[in-house]
Amino acid sequence: MSLDINRKKVTKNAYRVTKRRNMTAIRVRVPGGHLDAEHLKTVAEIAQKFGDGNVHITIRQGFEIPNIPFEKMNEVNAALKPLLETLQCANGVVIENLDNGYPGAGMRNISACIGNRVCPFGNVDTSALAAKLEGQLFPNDFHVKIAVTGCPNDCIKAHMQDFGIIAICEPQFDYDSCIGCEACANTCRRKVTGAITMRNGKAVRDVRRCIGCGECVLACPTSAWTRNQTKFFRLVIMGRTGKKNPRLAVPFLNWVTEDVVMKVIKNTIPYIDKHILRCLAKEHIGYIVDRTGYDTFRREVLDGIELNSEAKVAKTLQWPGYDTVNDANMKSYNQRKV
Amino acid sequence: MQSFDFNYQQFAEVFARLGKKFRLFGPKRVPGRGRFSDTDLITYADLQNPEDLETAEKSYLSPKSIVFPPDETTFYFTADQFTEPELSDNRETIVFLRPCDINGIERLDRIFLENGKVKDPYYQRRREKLHFFMIECRESFENCFCVAMNANRTDNFATAIRFAPEKVSVMIQNESFLEAFAEVGKKSDFVPEFVKKDSKAVNLPDVEDMPADIFSDSLWDEYDSRCIACGRCNTSCVTCSCFSTVDIFYPDSRNCGERRRVWDGCHLDGFTDMAGGHSFRKDKGDRMRFKTFHKIYDFRKRFSEDMCVGCGRCDDVCPEYISFSSCINKLSDRLSGGKKDEE
Ligand code: SF4
Ligand code: SF4
Ligand code: SF4
Ligand code: SF4
Ligand code: SF4
Repeated sequence: MSLDINRKKVTKNAYRVTKRRNMTAIRVRVPGGHLDAEHLKTVAEIAQKFGDGNVHITIRQGFEIPNIPFEKMNEVNAALKPLLETLQCANGVVIENLDNGYPGAGMRNISACIGNRVCPFGNVDTSALAAKLEGQLFPNDFHVKIAVTGCPNDCIKAHMQDFGIIAICEPQFDYDSCIGCEACANTCRRKVTGAITMRNGKAVRDVRRCIGCGECVLACPTSAWTRNQTKFFRLVIMGRTGKKNPRLAVPFLNWVTEDVVMKVIKNTIPYIDKHILRCLAKEHIGYIVDRTGYDTFRREVLDGIELNSEAKVAKTLQWPGYDTVNDANMKSYNQRKV
Repeated sequence: MQSFDFNYQQFAEVFARLGKKFRLFGPKRVPGRGRFSDTDLITYADLQNPEDLETAEKSYLSPKSIVFPPDETTFYFTADQFTEPELSDNRETIVFLRPCDINGIERLDRIFLENGKVKDPYYQRRREKLHFFMIECRESFENCFCVAMNANRTDNFATAIRFAPEKVSVMIQNESFLEAFAEVGKKSDFVPEFVKKDSKAVNLPDVEDMPADIFSDSLWDEYDSRCIACGRCNTSCVTCSCFSTVDIFYPDSRNCGERRRVWDGCHLDGFTDMAGGHSFRKDKGDRMRFKTFHKIYDFRKRFSEDMCVGCGRCDDVCPEYISFSSCINKLSDRLSGGKKDEE
C-alpha cells in the first residue's frame, strides 16, 4: 500500500521527511535542556520500539529520534504524552489533545546553558526562564530560535540565535566593606573589560564599561560587591547561520528586566505575522527584519511596552557577518602569485 | 543565675524591648547577596527584628567587624591638625554569637589590648560596649573543630540562648538583663550545653617540639599552586587581626585627608610588600605556613593558647577547597614522623 500523507501537517507535528523513503524522525522538545532523567527512558523506549534504537542529540538540546516508519506516528504521539505533560503543559503550554503529539514545530526548542542551577557564573536559573518562555510562546508556527544564557560567557551561543537572552547582574557596592584588595579590579581587567579602577583604596565601577558579568562579585572576599536583586538581561538579536549571510547577533536591548524580555519576544509574533512573505515556505525572522529595517522592527516590538528605567535600546544595528557569495576573495591557493 | 523559656512571640517582645536601649548585632541572612546568584549571604549585621537573626546556619563572615571593622578611619588630617572621629553609634551593643566566636573575640583582645603596653584605643572603645548573648551550639557544623582548639566552651556571656523549634530558652548571667527577660518569660531550668565532639578529628602538633626544618618542609609546597591568594580565609576568620594603614587624600587637596586601617591578610598579595619593592612571602605555600604557625604555634608561645578557635570558616569559604584543619593534621603527621605525602 502506498503511503499518502499530508507532508505539511506532518512537519507541523514535529516529524520530518528524511532521506529514507517512508521513514520519518521525531524531534523531542526539551525547553532549557534540562529534564528529569526518568524522561530519558521514554525517549529510549520510543527509539527502541518505533525507530532503530538510535537517538540524535540536537544542537538545540532536543532529541531527534530517527528511522521511524511514518505509519507509526500515531503510536509515537501516544508515547510522547508523558513528555508533553511535564515539559510543555506543566510550563503552561495549552495542548488540546495530548494524544496527538506536538501541536507545532516552527518555534524551535528554547535552549539554555546550565545556568545557576550548577554554574557559579550563572546570574539566573536559565532553564527555568526557558521553560517559562516555552509556556508563553509554544505552540507557534513561525521559525524563531531563542536561547537563554546565564552570563556573558554565552556558553549556549545566544549570539547565534534570533533572540539571545543573556543574563547579567548589576554589581552593587558596599563602601564600608571594601578593603582595597583589588581582586575585583584585577579580574575585571584580566577577564572582562577593565571596568573597575581603584581610587583611594576603594573599587570604583565605570558603569559604561561594565557588562554585568558578575566576576567582581565572585572575586570579592568581603562581599563588598553583591548582586542587585533585580535581575537584568541583554537581548542580542538576529544572529544566524544559514546559506546566505551567517552573522552574530548584536545587542538590541541592554539592562532590561525579565518582564521586558518576555513582552518583547511576545510582541514579535504579530510583527512576523504582519510582515512575513507568505510565498516562502517559512521565512526566517532575521530576513524579515532585513526587509522591514531595524526601525520598523524596533517600533513594533516595543509597542506598548514600558521599559524599566535602567533599560538601554540600540540606536542602530550592524551585524558582523559575511555574505556567502564572496568568490572575489577565494582563490586557488597553489596558483597564487606571491 | 536564672533561666526562662519563651515562645517566639514572647522572645520578639524581649527583643524589641532590648532594641530600645541597645544596638543589636548578630548573624543575619541577607537574601540573594551570596557569592553566587540566588544564594543568601549570612553575615554579621545590625538586627532590626528577631527574624533577622539567623540561628540555623553558620555565618560566612565572622562577628569581628563589630570590634574591628573592615575599614576604620582613625583620624582626619589637615595640614597641621588632626581629629579623631567619634563613634557613629555610641550605644551599648548586644552581640549574638556562638562559643567559638566569643573565644575568638577574646583572642582579638590579646592582640589589641594585651600585646605590649599600649591598648589599642580604637578597638578598646568598641570592645567595651559589647555584651555577649551566646547562641548555644550543641552539634558542630561542617568543618568546625572548636573542641580540638579548646574553644567550644565559654562562660563569658551575659546570657546564653537555645533556639529550639518551638521555644527559646535563655539563661541569664548578667543580672542587669534579668528584668527584660523575667517579665515576659516562664521560669525554667535551662542550662546551655556545648559541643562535645568535632565532626572531624584535628590533631594539634606539640609546640614545644617544633624542629626548625619544618619551616622549609615540602609539606607547604602543594599550596604554592593550590592557593590563589584570594584572602577569603583571612577575611572570614574571626581571629585574623591584621590590617594595613593607609592615608588617603581628598581629591583637589594636597594636605587634607584621613588615615584608615583596613583589613589585610597574610594570604593576600601585597601583604609583605615593603618600601623598595621587596616582598618576602611571594609563594603561597610560605603564606600558608605563616598562617598555620601563627594560628597554632607562635600565638600559643606568647599567650599560652592557640589563636585559631576552630570555627572552620576558612574551610567553608576557600574557593580552592584548601582545608586548614587538614593542613594542621598534615603538619602533625609530618612531625610525628608519619605520612610523607607523595607529591
Ligand atoms: S553562559 Fe555563563 S552561566 Fe551559562 S554555563 Fe556558561 S559560564 Fe555558566
Ligand atoms: S560585572 Fe563584570 S564587567 Fe562589571 S565591573 Fe564586575 S567584573 Fe567588571
Ligand atoms: S574585591 Fe572587594 S574588597 Fe577587594 S577591592 Fe574589590 S570590592 Fe574591595
Ligand atoms: S583559622 Fe580558620 S578555623 Fe581558625 S579561627 Fe580562623 S577561620 Fe576559624
Ligand atoms: S581562601 Fe583558600 S585560596 Fe583563598 S587565600 Fe585562603 S587558602 Fe588561598
